[in-house]
Parts: sequence; structure tokens; C-alpha cells
Amino acid sequence: MASLIDCPHCGKRPREEFTTLGSAVTRPSPSADSETWTDYVYLRDNPRGMHDEFWHHADGCRRWIVVSRNTFTHEFGGTRDAAGIAPMISPTEKTSQK
Amino acid sequence: MTPYRLSTGGLIDRKRPVSFTFDGKQYEGFAGDTLASALLANGVSLMGRSFKYHRPRGVMTAGAAEPNALMEIGTGGRREPNTRATMQEIYPDLHATSQNRWPSLDFDIGAANSLLSPFLSAGFYYKTFMWPKSFWEKVYEPFIRKAAGLGRIAEEADPDTYGKAWLHCDLLVAGSGPAGLAAALAAGRAGAKVVIVDEHAIAGGHLVDTREVVDGKSAQAFVEDAVAELRGLPNVTFKTRTTALAWYDDNVVALVERKQKHVAAPEANRAVEILWRVAAGHVIMATGAEERPLVFAGNDVPGVMLASAMRRYLNRFGVAVGRNIAIFTNNDSAYALAAEAEASGITVAAIIDTRSTAPSWTGRARVLTGSEIIATQGGKALKSVTVRTGAKEETLSVDALAMSGGFSPIVHLACQRQQKPVWNEDLQAFLAPDTNGALTPAGSVAGAYSSQQAFNDGADKAVEALTRLGFDAATPAADFADKTPGNPSGLWLPGDVKGKAFIDYQNDVHYKDIGLAVREGFDHVELAKRYTTNGMATDQGKLSNINAIALIARARGCSIAEVGTTTYRPFYTPVSFATLSGTHYGTHFAPVRSSPLHAWSLARGGEMVDAGLWYRPMYYKQAGDTDMMASINREVLAVRAGAGICDVSTLGKIEVTGPDAAKFLDLLYCNDFGKLAVGRARYGFMLREDGIPFDDGTTSRLGENVYFMTTTTAYAGPVLAHMEFCHQQHWPDLDVRFVSVSDQWAQMAIAGPRAREILASLVDEDISEEVFPFLSAKEVTLGSGVVNARLFRISFSGELAFEIAVPAGYGPSVADAIVAAGAIPYGVEALNTMRLEKGYITHAEMNGMVTVADLGFDRMVSRRKDDFVGKHMFGREGLVRENREQLVGVRALKAEDRFTAGAHVLKIGDQVSLENDQGYVTSSVWSPVVKGYIGLALVKGGRNRIGEKVRVWNALLGTDVEAVICSTDHLAEANGGKNA
Amino acid sequence: MKYSALSVFLNGLRGNTAWQKMWRAPDPKPQYDVIIIGGGGHGLATAYYLAKNHGITNVAVIEKSYIGSGNVGRNTTIIRSNYLLEGNNPFYELSLKLWEGLEQDFNYNAMISQRGILNLVHNDGQRDAAMRRGNAMRLHGVDAEYFDKEAVRRFAPYLDVDQSRFPIVGGLFQPRAGTVRHDAVAWGFARGADSRGVDIIQNCEVTGLRREGGRVVGVETTRGFIGARKVAMAAAGNSSRVAEMAGLKLPIETHVLQAFVSEGIKPFIDSVITYSMGHFYISQSDKGGLVFGGDIDMYNSYAQRGNLSMVEHVAEAGKTMIPRLSRMRYLRSWGGVMDMSMDGSPIIDKTPVENLFINCGWCYGGFKATPASGWCYAHLIANDAPHPLTRQMRLDRFARGNMLDEEGSGPTPNRH
Repeated sequence: MASLIDCPHCGKRPREEFTTLGSAVTRPSPSADSETWTDYVYLRDNPRGMHDEFWHHADGCRRWIVVSRNTFTHEFGGTRDAAGIAPMISPTEKTSQK
Repeated sequence: MTPYRLSTGGLIDRKRPVSFTFDGKQYEGFAGDTLASALLANGVSLMGRSFKYHRPRGVMTAGAAEPNALMEIGTGGRREPNTRATMQEIYPDLHATSQNRWPSLDFDIGAANSLLSPFLSAGFYYKTFMWPKSFWEKVYEPFIRKAAGLGRIAEEADPDTYGKAWLHCDLLVAGSGPAGLAAALAAGRAGAKVVIVDEHAIAGGHLVDTREVVDGKSAQAFVEDAVAELRGLPNVTFKTRTTALAWYDDNVVALVERKQKHVAAPEANRAVEILWRVAAGHVIMATGAEERPLVFAGNDVPGVMLASAMRRYLNRFGVAVGRNIAIFTNNDSAYALAAEAEASGITVAAIIDTRSTAPSWTGRARVLTGSEIIATQGGKALKSVTVRTGAKEETLSVDALAMSGGFSPIVHLACQRQQKPVWNEDLQAFLAPDTNGALTPAGSVAGAYSSQQAFNDGADKAVEALTRLGFDAATPAADFADKTPGNPSGLWLPGDVKGKAFIDYQNDVHYKDIGLAVREGFDHVELAKRYTTNGMATDQGKLSNINAIALIARARGCSIAEVGTTTYRPFYTPVSFATLSGTHYGTHFAPVRSSPLHAWSLARGGEMVDAGLWYRPMYYKQAGDTDMMASINREVLAVRAGAGICDVSTLGKIEVTGPDAAKFLDLLYCNDFGKLAVGRARYGFMLREDGIPFDDGTTSRLGENVYFMTTTTAYAGPVLAHMEFCHQQHWPDLDVRFVSVSDQWAQMAIAGPRAREILASLVDEDISEEVFPFLSAKEVTLGSGVVNARLFRISFSGELAFEIAVPAGYGPSVADAIVAAGAIPYGVEALNTMRLEKGYITHAEMNGMVTVADLGFDRMVSRRKDDFVGKHMFGREGLVRENREQLVGVRALKAEDRFTAGAHVLKIGDQVSLENDQGYVTSSVWSPVVKGYIGLALVKGGRNRIGEKVRVWNALLGTDVEAVICSTDHLAEANGGKNA
Repeated sequence: MKYSALSVFLNGLRGNTAWQKMWRAPDPKPQYDVIIIGGGGHGLATAYYLAKNHGITNVAVIEKSYIGSGNVGRNTTIIRSNYLLEGNNPFYELSLKLWEGLEQDFNYNAMISQRGILNLVHNDGQRDAAMRRGNAMRLHGVDAEYFDKEAVRRFAPYLDVDQSRFPIVGGLFQPRAGTVRHDAVAWGFARGADSRGVDIIQNCEVTGLRREGGRVVGVETTRGFIGARKVAMAAAGNSSRVAEMAGLKLPIETHVLQAFVSEGIKPFIDSVITYSMGHFYISQSDKGGLVFGGDIDMYNSYAQRGNLSMVEHVAEAGKTMIPRLSRMRYLRSWGGVMDMSMDGSPIIDKTPVENLFINCGWCYGGFKATPASGWCYAHLIANDAPHPLTRQMRLDRFARGNMLDEEGSGPTPNRH
């Protein structure tokens, strides 16, 4: 994962077609306190390992997707549409090349 | 025939002689020769100088690992430094020049460094050159810089064409030796999509350097048949002169294919090199093994080379490197060279074997077991070697020496994704790490050293991979007459060295340097590398690393496995900017976006300037305009006196529709949009989630559920992506659709007192002040219903102004009609002048640090809405504290005084210091209305300082003028309060 | 042993056998006054200045690998102080001043070479931003000059000033900026710290922070527990992982930045030059290699390796800016992992955990900051109070809305 991204809508596409926004954190409720908002906007888990991130298929279907990947090995862990309308693609479901 | 060319043999084309020059002297070789083989055939053994000591050096290898024979090839824009003579094929009139020598390769002043070598040990420069302090930059460093470096860069731009493209395959095979051929045959016959590559001009790898017999044929004929079969298969792509450079995530491999580097005159407009990005289902890494040099004093004299290289010159190129040679080895492999050399009439004076027992040998050469070379003689060409056997020393006169210190698998690709190679004690070699099944080493890179073993290994590994990919593959077979299994060879190091035994040839790192590094605390392999520069030359340690690691292990008293390797990184061999760029440079560095009115502007004298990816007219040059300022001022005054038309098509245009469109806009903008009436336009700010303005623009409600949004030119893309993010991630339940229509509409601003009159003559509908007042927006038609248009009564100049959008194709004719009706074209400079006169902001003011309040729009922020992007962060103490920089106008006090954006504001009488900084000018312009320099500025507590005289200070331009802080609306001030 | 031309000469006569270890390899003591986690440039500089400026010598630097194995050994060697904001500029200027006397101070030739940096500008907006920055520098007495197009042409004739896509209109030049032999910085500080009594403990990984009553009392390591009165993190790239041991979440994402070196050539580029339309910068080392790079790879990564698309982009920008680079070859690429903070500026501060200090968030600008970072961090650790020059580099600035955002890019680390 870093050369090809498995878009849940378009399949494997070159990484150049995508942009990324970092951690797939969920926006707090409007009534959340300021600490929660500061957390959301500024603090990050930043793990060395599996990480869920927002990616945008900017030069493709224009959908925002959540990509799970390992930040150390770049191993692919699955993708889904950010709005949850496309089924999760997990690496185990990948079929043979033929 | 040249003196060292054998009368027969080799894969060169003896019917096609090729002449070329080296250091101005003309030589002849044959088609199929490399520069190195052709020079060797001509008896040229001195081919380069080393980096530090400028020692005379000859060719060491016959391949990509060459550290010594580096040359400048070509002239002018095609001059290419540091080219390996071992990889460069000769072509007619090839022009090669030696490098890093002065005045000549034969007599190089820099060689005096060798005399100073006791004082130039590893890292010596860290300990000296510190006094006097100023001498480093003035004396020492300029000298060092001049002495360093190898060849010279091209003299001018490159005339050649390059390309890059993707390839997709089931199996990529890197290397076409016995293992690679077997793998490709297995995959090709099974119907898989195969790409097989080899870095040399001909396929076969090490197999074509031998006199082996395969399936009853010569090795060369066997390879030829296999290649013919593969090339005949439609599912196989066979690329020679192609190197696998790097292995990236998802099994994407970067290849460089040298299409026209071996021809005298590359065909114009066809790529000389192509970068292939291969997305492979599986990779078979059949990259072979690199022979290791032996470490002994004088192991760098021209004439000393690797045994495998000598064998390649002999069998592939028909070149005898020497007529009377010796072979120094610690393993069996070099005995084949001895036999083949003798068969070709070359005298082998002795085989010097470090081991106590030698393999069976039936040739003429003496075999000296338990022996080592302790010195060599000859400066620029080898004359003799001194051999020590036990206590006995003898000197053998030879003109070339082949050495073999065993083999190191070429594991680079497998190790480029942070996994380290693994030391194998039995093979005394580092092998590829486990790569999770995506890449399989096969052949000698995996320790299968004999040709038969390599072939079988390649076949088996390919079948295994193909099965996993879902192919039904059969195992190809070949019968090699020589059934002797490959003999793993140890690592041999001398007990002690008198003189210089080189480890890294190019960087002149020798035996004692490694020991010194460890003694001084640089005992980690990475520290030793960095301190000594071992492995940092253009060959990246292909020959030197393993010997260095063994020496470190010995000095530390630990195992080689414990020392480990340095990090393997792309690229396997160096690759040019040109290849990596393809056609994406210069004019094509970034795509060009053209407004529908681009040609229209050009035809009217528009002077274009790049604005992001767009080009926009700065101004329109007319007869009588003496200079750019004259054009701009003419345009401004004409607009303010009559009317002008400006192309604003580059603004982002986004159409938002759906029942929840209003709700969505309310979440995007910090001000209210929900209650915007149909037919009305409103200016608004979008914030980032941290509460800072992101972009501004006007959004108009054209129908119950139809909105037309404009963004700034630069933020058209980011705003759309932001909207998609907000909709898809935050509020997917909102029933709203939006689409960029930036390219669909040609949009024009028509400004000036006559604007309404001009438009009224074209628009079918009534657009009088009464029915179409300020901030109106509606869909209209032009020319009695011929053209649909969108009309907005908005202004960016303080004048009566409209923007009209028409389908892109109609842009030029509508613009013509507007001009015909009396508007003059004006460019972005006049636009900018007028917006500054009126105090309108752009991203120069909205700089990513200021708040809406800083910009003076505090009251626009909705207090009603309980949510919008940025709402929850903009009230933080730092963003609302007193004395933040606020947007104000600044005006030069004297008409002749000039200031520019980026100048800072200081209180009059204050000392110049960062503490006294009051802010800075965000934009400035000469105003033909004010008749002086005006600007906008962000000034600490600025809005309470209207009327204060300040210094506007620009040390970079040497200007320091007095100005007054004023309202942002310079136009109103100049007109005594009149507003548009 | 003091290093000098004489020592090199005398040792050379004796076959270079008498050189001593540049630093010891001590076993960890049970207890230190200060433990610094991370033997990179910043950690070693901190130890050096703790000893030299504050007399605190009972200090250990704990390094999981070898010293200098992080970003000080993996960067493009540039030093400069061309910063805009008043929370940044004086700090980086202190750093540049420290660089200027560093070699004589720590008796090690780090080849500090003030060759200048030229930031090219391509349009009015960039020119205005360069003016604003350059004048901010001048307000603080920092050297800065503006080059117009013709001055750029004279200064670097190999640039394609009139190039067809994004012509160069000028540039901001800082003469005192330059390059340093990066590894030597780690070694010089290590040797200087070691000679003052600091223990440098390599191949020792911190696996946990031991807390008693809310205070940090030491570190768990692969070589056992080591006690300390104060623990100071200096593990940029891995700051989040170390901070997590103390239950802290940071305003940081870890990203990879690639850099490249070409084959060596005879002197061609004399200064550092940056190309503003395509994230490209280049200089030439004393060894002859062109050292260059571009933007980060854009996604979170701890991998110390990059992707091909950025490699290509860098080549495209390089060839566009300097057409003669065309046939020059990339020799090696590498990737460094860095703390990308939420406003592009660093953090040097106490943490909410007593006796635990943090130095992180250097983005891709940590190398040039090495001496000042060590200087100010040592001050903070010794005095339990921030150095005046780092008073805006606090951890709570995000909650308070006092971001130090030079580019105005907002809380999206990959846009800084």
C-alpha cells in the first residue's frame, strides 16, 4: 500500500490518483466540550502499526474512503467508503490475478 | 586485430567494426563490445583515477558493480558523467573521456595525495581544518570541493526524449540467467503474462560467459533458443538493456529500459530511456551473485580484476585481459576460468589458492595452495605479483590477475523495503529476507550456484508462484553437462597487510581504515560506513560491503551475522533525472488550464501570467500604452469612468442542488445561507475546523434547491474536496448533490457606471436597478433566447458591476458583444488595483493565520447556528485576544513614496526590532484614483489606530516611507465617503 | 585527545594506531540526574549543553540503535534561520549563531559551510510572502536579501529563469545559511558530552517509563531499569510512541520524507537552492554529490522509505528548474520519519507528567535546529522553566489557540 490503493468503487488504482487527510477520526457532536474538539482537531493516536485513514480518490470516483494500513510495513488492511455505502474490501477477499 | 582480441570466440559481431575515441585517441572495437571490452582489446588498462588518492585504476568488473572505469560519455547536452565503461556499449564515434584527473589520466597531479595518505586516514577531516576559523570556507573547503567529485555535468540542456509508462503482469522476472530463463519459460508456457528483463544487451546472464554444454548445445545456443521461444510467445515481454531498479509497495517494480543509449544518433522524438512501473502479481528475483574481490596489498593495480569479469571478457567479448595471467582465489569457481584461458592460449602462471587443498586440476598452471598474494608490482599496469606460501615468497611476472573472493547474492531488490538480508553461515553469504511471498529469489541469488542448480531453482520457484496465482504450470527442464554442484565459498581475509589493500576502490577505503573506525568507536556497521565512506561510492558497496563487514566483525570479535549489513535502498544502479521525469518537465512540468476566453484575451493584446495552473491576462496592451503601468492605469480609469470586462472564468464554480442544499451550505459557511431568498447572492466565508478562514466567495440561490457557488481560483479544487469530505464523512444523510462546473461556464465581470446599460442591451430580461438590485442573481437569456446565462449583480471593484456566466463555448462571442457595446477589456492587475482601492480581500489577506474577526467580518459569523465547520474552535483565547493583527488600509503620505507588500509596519520613532513589529502590508498597489501608493495591512490592534502615522519599512528593497493607517475602503476615502 | 592538524600529523606518523575511542561504551548506572531518550542530534546536543552550560553531568543518553541513527544521519544537511514568526525566528537565529562557533566549541570539524540559501519565487504572491519573511528576518537583525530576476540569473546561471511553465521572478537569499556534514554533528556532540562525563548508552531501547505517584522516576529498557530524577524525550519520528508510554497523546503525525543524492560530480551548485513551484531543493556536498529532495510522501508512515511517485515528482521539478540535471543520476534515495506537528512548529516543554520533558514536532526542519534545541531543552530541564526563546513552543498552544503556523496551512500535518 503506497503504490496501489484498493478503492472500494474502482479497484486497485495508482497512489497518484489519491490524496490523504490522515487519521480517520470522527467529528464530535456540536455540543461536545472544547477539550473534545481540541482532541479531534489536534491530537492523534499516530500508531506504528494498523491505522485507519481518510483518503480521497481525487482523480477517480471522488469518493472519500477509509483505508486501513500498517504505517510501518505499509501492509494493506482493507478499505471502505467513508460514508459506509460500499462494502469493506479486505485483503483476504482479494482473488487471484488470473 | 587489436593486440588483446582473440582470433575467435565471443558474441561480438566481427563483421561490424566500430571506431570510438577515449581521451581523444581513436580505437576500434566491434558491435557488441562494451567500452571496457573494446579498450581492453586495445590493450588499454588504465581507465580511471580513484576519488581520494587519485590512484591509477583499471576495470575491475564486467558489469553494473564497476567502481573504477567510470567515464564521461558524449558531449554538450549529452555529456554524461560517471558512466560505467562496463555497461556502455560502443557505437560509431562514441566519445569517452576519463575523469577526476588533471592534467591527464596518465599524469595526474592529484596522485600526490597518495604520498600524504598516512595523514589522510578515515575521518581525518573531522579532526582538523578548524583553525583559523575562517580558513574552512576560504581555503580548505574550496580545495576539497575542487578535488572531490568525479565527472562533469552536461554543458547544456538535454536534447533527448524520455518516457515512462505502466506495465501489468502476472510474473516479473528480473534477470535472464539460467534461473530467470527457467522461470520465464515456466510462466510463458503456462500462459501467464510475463515480463522478463536483463540489464545487459544480451540475455543469458552468467551462462553466456561460460563454455558449458546444455541439452547438447553450447550455452550460447541454448540461451538463444530459449530467448527465441519466449519472444515468440504473445504473453511474454522480453526486455534486454533493462534494469530492475527498485521494489516498491504492492509489488510495483521500477525498471529502466535503455532504448537508444547504444546508438550514435538517437531517433528524435523516440525515448532514449523509459521508466517502467511494473505492477506484478509476483516477482522472481533471478539477479545472480556478485563476485567479491580479495583483500591484499596492491589489489587495485590496473590489470587486477574479478575472475568472473575476466571470464566474461574472454567468452562474451573474445578478449584476453592478459597474455600471461595469475589467478588468486579462495574457491573453486575460478578454476573454470583457468581452464578456458589455457584453452584460448593464455598462459596461466599460477593459481594461488588460499585453501590448503585445491579441487582436481588437470591444466598446465601451477596450483599454489595455502598461498596468498602479499603485494603487486606495477603502477599503471600490473607487472608482477608477490606470492607467499608459508614462509616462502616468490614473485610471478604477470600482466593480469584474476581474483575471486567468493560470491555475494545480489539481494538488493528484496531488501529495499526495510527488511534486512540474513547471513547464511553455510554459504558464507547474506541471503534475501523472507518477503511474505511477493518476491522469490531464485538461482545463485538464492545460493543455487551451478547453472544446473540455478535453472532448476528458477523453474521450481516459478511453478510454485504460478500455482499460487492460479496457473497450471509445468516445470521446464534442461540438462547441463556439468553436474558439479556449486561450491559455496568462504570469506577470506589476510592476517595482516603491508601496504594498501583496498576494500572500497572508488572511495579509497582500505583495510586499515576499517580497523581505525572500529577503534575509534564507529563499530556499528552504519557508523563505520559513515565514518570511512565505505560503500558510499557510485557502486554503493556492491564489491566492498561484505569484505568491510567481515573486517568489522573481526575487529569487534563477533560474527558477521551480528554486524549485519547497512541498509539497502533504491536504486540498484543509478538512474537519471531524465528517466524519472519522462516528458513531465519544462513546459509539461504541470498541466495548463485555459479559460474559454484565453484566445480571446490573446487576440486583444492580453499579456498572460501564470496563476496556479491557469494563465490569466495581466493587462491588455494597447497602442499608446508606454508601459505596463500605463496599461493598468488606463484600464482602471476607463472602468471607473465607463465600463470594462474582465475574464473571471478561472474562479471555482460549484453547482449545489437538492432538498438539503441550504442545510449543507449552512454547515459549510460560517454565515447564514439557509434564509437566502431565491434570486439573491451572498458573500460568505468557509472556515477550517480550527476556526481560521479557508476560502471566501459568493453563493447565489438560483432556484428553490439550486445554488451556484463561486470560490477563489486557487481554492476551487480544495473547496470541492472539502465539500465532498463534509458531505460524505460528516453528513452523508443530507440529500444534496454538487458538481464542479468551473470549466462549463465562461464568466465575465462587467464593471463601471455603464455596466448596466451595456448588459441591458444584450440581456433579454429587465435588469433595471428596481428589479435587479445589488446582490441579485438569476438565470437569463441573451440574444432573444439564443444563449442561456447566469447573471449576478455583485462587485469586486466598488463600481456598479455584474458577473455574467455563459456556456463556455459562447464566451468569446458574448465577450465580443460586450466590448462592442462599449466595455474595454481589463486584466487582473486592474482588477487587483480596483479591489484594493475598495479594500476587498484575497488570499493575500486570508493568509491561513488570521480570523474572520481580524479581517473585520466578525458580524458575519452566525450566532444562530449550533454547528458549522470551524464553529467550535474560533473562540479560543489566542484567536480572540486583544492586540491581534487586524486588517486596515495603509496609504503613503507622499505621492512619490512607494511601498510594497511584505513591508513591515513600525511605529514612528521605534527602533527596528522584531519586538517592535506592528504588522505587515498584505497587498499594495499604485492607485490612479488616490494617486499614490495604497495597500491593505494586518496591524496589531489596527482598527483602533485609524489615522496613526506609521513607518512602512522594507529593508530588502531599502524603502522606509511614512504612511497613514486608514480604512480599508480607499475609494470611499478618496471620494469623500461615496459608495457603490 | 584534542583534535588538530598536529594531532593528525603525529598520529599519522605512528600509523594511526593511537587514536582513542571518540566516546566510551559504558554500562548504565542505576541512577542518573537526567536521562535523555534518544541519541540523535537533539538528544546529544541536550546532553552536551546540560554538561557544558548547566554543570549537570550525571546524564545518560539512551539510544535504541547507534547514535545518530535517526534524522541527524538522514537529512539534507541544510542550516538556515529564514523564519517568519516571532515565536520561531529568534530561536532559529540562535541556532545559526551556535552553528557558527560550534566546531571550535566542541573541537570537531562538522564542515559547517555557509554557502547561502536561495528560495526562488515564481509569482507576485510568492514574492510578497518572501518580502514579508525577509523583512521579519531583518527586523531581528538576521541577514536576508531579495534577488530580482537578473540577480538570480547572475547568481545561478544554470537555472532556467525564463522557463516556459513557472518563470522565476526572484528569490529570497540568506547568505549565512548553508550546509553541515550531518553525521559529524552527532559525533561532535557525543564526543563533547562524553568527555564531560555523560554516558552514551547505545543499543538500549526504552520500553517503558516508570512512574511513582504521578512522577516519572526512571525508564525501563532492554538493559533493565535505569532510575532518573528527570526524563527528557528527544525521539523525533517516534515521539508519539515514547509519549504513549506516559499515557500522552501528541499533536503529531509521523510522516516519511525522502531525500536523494546523486553520483559525485565536479563543483556545479554552490549554494542551497529551493524551487517553490514544485517542492524541490538542491545543494552539492563537499564530496561532489548533489543532495536534493522534495515534499513528504503525504501519508503517515514509520517506514523510513518512500514511494516512487514522489521520486518522480522530485526529478521532474529538478529537471525543470535546472535543465542540465537531465542526465545526472540519482545514486541513492532514503526516507526519514519525522514528527509532523499540527502547526508545523516544534514543541519543547514540560509534560503534564512531573519530571517528564518533551522535545518533538520538528517536522522536516529539525536538523538546523539541533544546537538551539539542545541549548534550550537543557535550559528547560535544568531550570524547570522554558528558555525565553521557546516560550511559544508550548504543548498547550493548540488548546489555547496560539498556533505557530508559518505557512498558515492549518491542522493538517501533510500540508505544512
